[in-house]
Amino acid sequence: MPVADTVLSVHDLRTFFRTDDGIVRAVDGVSFSVRRGETLGIVGESGSGKSVACLSALGLVPRPPAFHPSGEVRYGGRDLLALSERELEHLRGNRLAMIFQDPLTSLNPYLRVSRQLTEVLEVHRGASRVEARRAAMTMLERVGIPDPARRIDQYPHQFSGGMRQRVMIAMALLCEPEVLFADEPTTALDVTIQAQILELIAELRHSLGTAVVLITHDLGVVAGSTDRVAVMYAGRIVETGPTAAVFAQPQHPYTRGLLASTPRIDTPPGSRLEAIPGLPPDLAHLPAGCPFHPRCSQAVDRCRTEYPAVIALSMVHSAACWAVEAPQ
Amino acid sequence: MNQPVLHPDGSAAESAANSPVGGTSLWHDAWKRLRKNRVAAGSGVVLLMLAAACLVGPAVIAATWGYDYETQDLASGARPPSWSHPFGTDFYGRDLLTRVLYGGRVSLTVGLLAAVVAATVGTVYGAVSSYAGGMIDSLMMRVVDILYALPYMFLVIILVTILGKSLLLVFLALGAVGWLLTARIVRGQVMSLKEQDFVLAARSLGTSSRDIIFRHLIPNTLGPVIVTFTLTVPSMILQEAFLSFLGLGVQAPRPSLGALINDGANQMLVFWWTLAFPGAVMAVMLFALNFLGDGVRDALDPRMKH
Repeated sequence: MPVADTVLSVHDLRTFFRTDDGIVRAVDGVSFSVRRGETLGIVGESGSGKSVACLSALGLVPRPPAFHPSGEVRYGGRDLLALSERELEHLRGNRLAMIFQDPLTSLNPYLRVSRQLTEVLEVHRGASRVEARRAAMTMLERVGIPDPARRIDQYPHQFSGGMRQRVMIAMALLCEPEVLFADEPTTALDVTIQAQILELIAELRHSLGTAVVLITHDLGVVAGSTDRVAVMYAGRIVETGPTAAVFAQPQHPYTRGLLASTPRIDTPPGSRLEAIPGLPPDLAHLPAGCPFHPRCSQAVDRCRTEYPAVIALSMVHSAACWAVEAPQ
Repeated sequence: MNQPVLHPDGSAAESAANSPVGGTSLWHDAWKRLRKNRVAAGSGVVLLMLAAACLVGPAVIAATWGYDYETQDLASGARPPSWSHPFGTDFYGRDLLTRVLYGGRVSLTVGLLAAVVAATVGTVYGAVSSYAGGMIDSLMMRVVDILYALPYMFLVIILVTILGKSLLLVFLALGAVGWLLTARIVRGQVMSLKEQDFVLAARSLGTSSRDIIFRHLIPNTLGPVIVTFTLTVPSMILQEAFLSFLGLGVQAPRPSLGALINDGANQMLVFWWTLAFPGAVMAVMLFALNFLGDGVRDALDPRMKH
């Protein structure tokens, strides 16, 4: 259902890795899309394929060992998976940008922040050093770095974690990209800084109209800063819908399990949080049927043999589970 | 992108944005840090003075006292240090100071240039090989393994014999074979560096592979490269001495430090000064190079600032 202002859409993306252990199905038929100015949250535990899905969309997974048996990433009328490395380089950092989990290692320790920021503008915009520097300084200020005139000539190690993440965001947004992939941008930061960074991303998204794909395993972050959410398990999206609907009426047992294992303000003090039993499956040796069935309390025979069909609960909310019943 | 969002006070940013850029290069910063390191800066000065002495010394001595490095005077052979010959004379009556200075010139040139060739070739080769990875990496490193397996000196001797015996070719030949260690070290460094997030981040911003190798990866490997470099210089000087000894390097009567030390070592029990002075100059040179190399390595790492 492509909507008019959809900027990026992913259809049936599969990213497999050839390894000595067999073929790892890291992303196994994922579809999602983002609209201008919208935030899509992708949640799931480690190894559910959420990062690989986004890296694939940007052509950042090394091929080989990775390959795409199927899939299409539509952006601006083109399929990103079919573009050459050179064409992708032109889009990355320019129209599509990404920020990463660990700001401590995402900046080159040997280069001044100014150099790393201006590089982006020089590459994509052909800006002169002086212009690029001015734009970089404005952007640093915009992401809330105090005293940018002094800070811009410092090295990454002179910045705190939160400040480095701000620098990363500044770098990613310098060319005013249409889509920003944020891969757990707050995981490595402490809670107060997390809130500031999320607020900053929301603010910039608002003023620049950037579409944001926010990857996280933190349901609190999803609840607070996304419009829609896609829950991933073992390389597939198991439930997707508007964040409010998914949180209010989670359909897939995995989504319910995730929500039950998250502390809420109304959780009685001292009560134990529920955990999802078992471990995520080995992506090279997925169980037959629904990959979640060994951990699912509602699994029936059909779950062991057949991957569930996607059941639409409304125009926008759907889940892939045999236990879910479509409304009449 | 007109109004700042969180910090509306933009006056400071504006004024600095209009100031000249300057001083953003790695080398510029390293130079500033190097000057603050007293041992390294002192060593640099010593090296420069030695180099200057080697360069102009022989000419000055020839003009003042009329000694040169090759004219023999058997009547005044093997004299201990004196006012007219501060380093003494060698067996053939040649002024040892002149010969040490002239030899220092040869050794410094050969050592430095060969080490520069080795470090440059090795760094680029290792970084490209490692970043490319896979088959290309395997092939490129097997070439290194093959060259490693061949006797080093044998290769140099073949090269020198094929190319001829000019001084320029001696350092080319030494450098052409000496880059293997640097290539391996850099490859190892880049293998771990290229998995770091900042490389992925640079790629996600559209940086090309060439820029990633030259602007992001190689500067990060310079520390170990510099250390290898400072170790390569003395070994190149010694190898030049060995080549000279075989008659393939600098030809007698032209001296090199290595050749002088070699001669001196044979006569040290009788004519101690023929070993002591060239040896001392060589030692000072190598110490200074090592201290300087250490300092440069520290200076190149922005995190070592404090």
